[in-house]
Amino acid sequence: MRLTIKYFGQIAEITQCSEEEFEFSGMKVSDLREALFLKYSKLTNKDFQIAQNQELVSNETEITATEIALLPPFAGG
Amino acid sequence: MKKNVFKEGAISSQFIADSIAKHQSKTGIGAHNIFLGQVRADEVNVKVVSAIEYTAYEEMANQKFHEIREAAFDKFDLNCMHIYHSIGKVNTGEICLFVFVSSPRRKEVFSAIEFIVEEIKAHVPVFGKEIFEDESYQWKVNK
Repeated sequence: MRLTIKYFGQIAEITQCSEEEFEFSGMKVSDLREALFLKYSKLTNKDFQIAQNQELVSNETEITATEIALLPPFAGG
Repeated sequence: MKKNVFKEGAISSQFIADSIAKHQSKTGIGAHNIFLGQVRADEVNVKVVSAIEYTAYEEMANQKFHEIREAAFDKFDLNCMHIYHSIGKVNTGEICLFVFVSSPRRKEVFSAIEFIVEEIKAHVPVFGKEIFEDESYQWKVNK
């Protein structure tokens, strides 16, 4: 499936873009992490969470939505 | 329709004063409490932070602010609640977060403000680039 992935903060510095279309053939969030690590090797040592449809998901969650975001540590307030 | 919590740049003292003044007609209120987050001039390896540039996953952040609002209204006896967070660049000494809660009685607002601020720090996807005086930077992480 074709995902729209949004990148923020130091993650966007690595990907050099804030959003892209990404063709994904896996099942779970962990598969997506692996696919992203193949494309962006520098992501492997970065701390980030993944949101699907604006909700944080764990590695075991199945990818069902097309809006995905990679979120580095929060710094609000 | 969810509120947009974000304001471009620093939150001014005038804006905060006007918000307080607007509540004079709400005479059921007996206690207000205000939290102001201010950008601190942290020193890191002899360099000093001069500003923070905030970015956010705005759609998700506004959704989270909405959920925090709903949770606070459920938990505490509040008349009203206002939250504003800066987006973009805020210099040290300027205000980047303004949380304002009002209730008939004081105990509710003391508990509510702490709850709301801690929830914001933990759950809202806002990112901060700490810019030093020499234009270099590092990414801020909430502790």
